[in-house]
Amino acid sequence: MTVLVIAEHDNASIKSATLNTVTAAVACGGDVHVLVAGHNAAEAAKAAALIAGVAKVLHADEAGLAHGLAENVAAQVLAIASSYSHILFPATASGKNVAPRVAAKLEVSQISDITKVNSSDTFERPIYAGNAIATVQSADSVKVLTVRGTGFDAAAATGGSAAVETLSAVAASGKSSFLGAEIAKNERPELTAAKIIVSGGRALGSAEKFTEIMTPLADKLGAAIGASRAAVDARYAPNDLQIGQTGKIVAPQLYIAAGISGAIQHLAGMKDSKVIVAINKDPEAPIFSVADYGLEADLFVAVPELTATIAS
Amino acid sequence: MKILVAVKRVVDYNVKVRVKSDASGVDIANVKMSMNPFDEIAIEEAVRLRERGVATEVIAVSCGVQQCQETLRTAMAIGADRGILVLSDAELQPLAVAKLLKALVDKEQPGLIILGKQAIDDDCNQTGQMLAALADLPQATFASKVEVAGDKVKVTREVDGGLETLELSTPAVITTDLRLNEPRYVTLPNIMKAKQRRLDTFKPEDLGVDVASKLKTLKVTQPPERSAGIRVPDVATLVTKLKTEAKVI
Repeated sequence: MTVLVIAEHDNASIKSATLNTVTAAVACGGDVHVLVAGHNAAEAAKAAALIAGVAKVLHADEAGLAHGLAENVAAQVLAIASSYSHILFPATASGKNVAPRVAAKLEVSQISDITKVNSSDTFERPIYAGNAIATVQSADSVKVLTVRGTGFDAAAATGGSAAVETLSAVAASGKSSFLGAEIAKNERPELTAAKIIVSGGRALGSAEKFTEIMTPLADKLGAAIGASRAAVDARYAPNDLQIGQTGKIVAPQLYIAAGISGAIQHLAGMKDSKVIVAINKDPEAPIFSVADYGLEADLFVAVPELTATIAS
Repeated sequence: MKILVAVKRVVDYNVKVRVKSDASGVDIANVKMSMNPFDEIAIEEAVRLRERGVATEVIAVSCGVQQCQETLRTAMAIGADRGILVLSDAELQPLAVAKLLKALVDKEQPGLIILGKQAIDDDCNQTGQMLAALADLPQATFASKVEVAGDKVKVTREVDGGLETLELSTPAVITTDLRLNEPRYVTLPNIMKAKQRRLDTFKPEDLGVDVASKLKTLKVTQPPERSAGIRVPDVATLVTKLKTEAKVI
């Protein structure tokens, strides 16, 4: 039995979601191979070879793989799929984009967002925004899985010494092309890997206030910034900050929710955080029902005060 | 150009479901059902493309039980021209739905197929991508902007670090994210009009599709409840608690 992990990377480095996926792969049993499909991605392949628990890295390099186009990446995975009992993707935007194409071509069901590996054919996954946990068993010949990062510890990024094997890259489909991207550059930790997240809601009232109030606290704590769907819909914060059922799922050591009421869709994205702090002036806000520490206060006063108090 | 839109009947997003005591599933008896919110966005986008003259016809498809007709009528009240129900009492997995949609794509030859990115009941996020693979079509998932120009479609997608833009040749599959549009309110006259529109019904066997799955749900359980902690009176107490009790800062 050999398990394949599809690496999440930016051609230069491996994204942290890959590390959690490797841990899930180890739990499935058997050797773990990692596919790095990219362009000029030798550095990412080298980094993948250092991950503890990885037996082999497969590196496919081709212009058509540069931006992770689903058609091309799926074809690359399918070219080697027959050697594997399990094919695992991180449940990230790119993993979710590609995995079902692979499963459909293999004529197997996909099991999305697994949070636990019970055995090589049985897995747990949340449904209904995390309000229920389904235990599912697959009799398919190959298991195609996406892995929710918060369900598995990250494998050590160093300590391994896997061999890197070069694959011949598949030809691009020609039916899709990458035109461009607007990727926010900042020095903050990735949301899904951050130890501390400070998250703002609709109560912030504007994009300016969102930045003015939330950024100093995040800077002080070395935290990532998140947002509720309401704040993103109102354009107070960019879409990639959305935490919730259909956004990012996070489980940091500390989650500070400011001005977030706590709709079930939001709670679905953060209720596995170790410690939750809620700052809200509505004493009835549902967010208080999951918060370890609730502060009933006006966030425009409390958050700057929190920033100042932590500083001193 | 025709646009095919898939719509799913799901438990309304405002309902907090309860797990059944025998762990066989969630209790959806007497629970309010609605169209999956992402599918509403998909229908709205298709109707807007028709209103702009880009598309000629919008066909809504739903796979499932008889009551999915109601979901199709809602789609027609938003503006879909006609509906197709693929009637099945089986629990349909995304792969089965993708196969059914593939059969309908072969039949109807749409230029675009628009689906919600995920259903809020099973949270799978698979069907659109599976359909694209089965039909050998390009895909743009998690769309926040769609622009059709000739036989190409430019789609802006919500990805982990921000946004990216792809160009696909049509026919193509698009799945919607939340920021693509805000679906219109359905008006009473449009609900009445929707009742007159054509609705065809097929069974999976009519389309030559086997919907059996090798996936078995062994049990459905309640996640561990998180209980409320304490209220703190002020910021100073909060910081002290975080430092000395929780030890997280």
